[in-house]
Amino acid sequence: MIHNHLDILLIAIVTAVACALPGVFLVLRRMTLMSDAISHAILPGIVLAFFLTESLSSPLLILAAAGTGVLTVLFVELLQRTKLVKEDAAIGLTFPALFSIGVILISRFAGNVHLDMDAVLLGELAIAPLNRLKAFGYDLGPVALYVMGTILVLNLIFIFVFYKELKLATFDASLAAALGFTPTLIHYGLMTLVSVTTVGAFDAVGSILVVALIAGPPATAYLMTDKLSRMLILSAIIGSVNAVSGYWFASLFDVSIAGAIATMTLLVFGVIFLVVPNRGLIAIARRHARQKWEFAQTMLVIHLFNHEGLPEAETESAIADLHEHLSWDPTFTTQVVRYALHNRCVSQDEAQLILTEQGRAIAQQALVQ
Amino acid sequence: MESLSILIHLDYTLMIVAIGAALLGTVSGALGTYAVLRRQSLLGDAISHAALPGIAIAFLLTGSKTPLILVLGAAIAGWLGTLLIMSIVRLTRIKYDSALAIVLSTFFGVGLVLHTLIQRTGNANQAGLDTFLFGQAATILERDVLTIGILGGASIIVTLVFWKELKLLVFDEDFAASLGFPTRTLDILLTSLLVIAIVLGLQAVGAVLMSAMLVAPAVAARQWTNRLRLMVFLAGCFGALAGVSGTIISSTASRIPTGPTIVLCATVVVGISIAFAPNRGLVWHRIRHQRNRRDLKMAAEAQE
Repeated sequence: MIHNHLDILLIAIVTAVACALPGVFLVLRRMTLMSDAISHAILPGIVLAFFLTESLSSPLLILAAAGTGVLTVLFVELLQRTKLVKEDAAIGLTFPALFSIGVILISRFAGNVHLDMDAVLLGELAIAPLNRLKAFGYDLGPVALYVMGTILVLNLIFIFVFYKELKLATFDASLAAALGFTPTLIHYGLMTLVSVTTVGAFDAVGSILVVALIAGPPATAYLMTDKLSRMLILSAIIGSVNAVSGYWFASLFDVSIAGAIATMTLLVFGVIFLVVPNRGLIAIARRHARQKWEFAQTMLVIHLFNHEGLPEAETESAIADLHEHLSWDPTFTTQVVRYALHNRCVSQDEAQLILTEQGRAIAQQALVQ
Repeated sequence: MESLSILIHLDYTLMIVAIGAALLGTVSGALGTYAVLRRQSLLGDAISHAALPGIAIAFLLTGSKTPLILVLGAAIAGWLGTLLIMSIVRLTRIKYDSALAIVLSTFFGVGLVLHTLIQRTGNANQAGLDTFLFGQAATILERDVLTIGILGGASIIVTLVFWKELKLLVFDEDFAASLGFPTRTLDILLTSLLVIAIVLGLQAVGAVLMSAMLVAPAVAARQWTNRLRLMVFLAGCFGALAGVSGTIISSTASRIPTGPTIVLCATVVVGISIAFAPNRGLVWHRIRHQRNRRDLKMAAEAQE
């Protein structure tokens, strides 16, 4: 049984990393929803191949489904090229139509055969290790692990070999075209990869949750870094963390493993979204608060600076009357004065505020700007 | 005549289902128009998937399977999902598509986890999830038709009341904001209406295919007109047409699920519209292209 646990965990990790890597480019190229479209649209391909081979694990199935995936991309682009339909609508038209054909085929002809809709849509990681690769009487491990392992290696090779081209085509498609890199070729290469990865993963996690594996970790990593190479590594790590914690969560509460991994994806994304330095919600809120006080302090020193050394300076810099001159709320004024005193921009001389050297510098600089 | 006799021989249940599907098609077509024009065609997909945890939580909290309670849960979850998408886009550099994909898949995952929890307590069966995913048009009752009619009609009336504001929001959001219209409130209003249409449609076509019911009629209608008023009207008609024809076709033979058939009917309407719509359609385009070439050639010959 422990053996089985380890198998499931390994499959989950390998699947998560294999999905996260091409996902990075989808997120950066704003094409994440293509994975959603592909994962649904491959259904008729799977069904037709299943009719031919009558087996859910034949390699033909993966090839046929991946072919349907690429066909979907082609369809969406053809629709777009008529200029009658926008990209999002083209996706929203294509995949439900293909998916509907798949569903009708299944319920019309496959009623007696074993092809479960739930298995296609939701997957079931728990039974993935049951299908084992056997050779010469030895048990070599679950088939799913070999399939996903191969796909992971393929993804790694593709990204490693075409790293420069992918990077250029992602960040500056026109420059890539001008330099003769044919972005179309890279685009279709990437899409083929996404199709193959989706098909390989749907067996384990189903066609809806595969989107969480593809989009979740890269989007989370995107919040954390500006560097493509770092984003790839981070996505792989986050994908693994989601897979491991999701599996742990699922065994603890005895719930769907794929669902738990998706839940963890949301949780990890949420936490990073809150706490990541500079771009997180907390950082944004704190920056806003600080900017508010800094701005108020600048207004205060400018006010003092404008009247410094003039006859009216005494009345203008009286702490008790400051709020009237600046038309601020009295409590707010007190707080700003305290903030400025704390920063040593002003100093208190009985009832008067006097600019320090530092405060004068801030005022001068603000006025020059 | 033949179609008329089919209509007469429609039995009562089928008629109710057909009416329900037609109403749903009308509502989702009319409201989908706004989503398509705002390039948010896939928002419907996200909302319908995000609704699953809401249904599960509503069931866990109340323990009842009353459609109205489950629908309310679905609506709240779908609505929260949309708000999350909007805030991710507004507050981070993550783009709309990724935000949509994350919310869609992870909310669905949460729903799946809750669903397996419910299953273990022995209160519900797998059929609940299947209905959510693919819908079960055959189970539409008179009561459901009434609900669809009232809620859907109310949504459409709201779009009519705020016609000017929504039109401005759709075509020039920045201008609307500069005129002092509360664009974010209007955005939330429009999304809420969309949520209502989607939640109503879940029963008939299910979560996976609901997006097509929003997108297809609107895309088809877009080919025939450049005016919003006519587009909304046509999209409603196309939606109703797809609903009725899909229901009837699926009833003619055994084991043809209704939801997917309705979606395929809507897709056929799109195909016809893209090919043959006057001015914009592909055939029309081709004819114009050839006429222009001939005219140019004649002009060139005349000059010689």
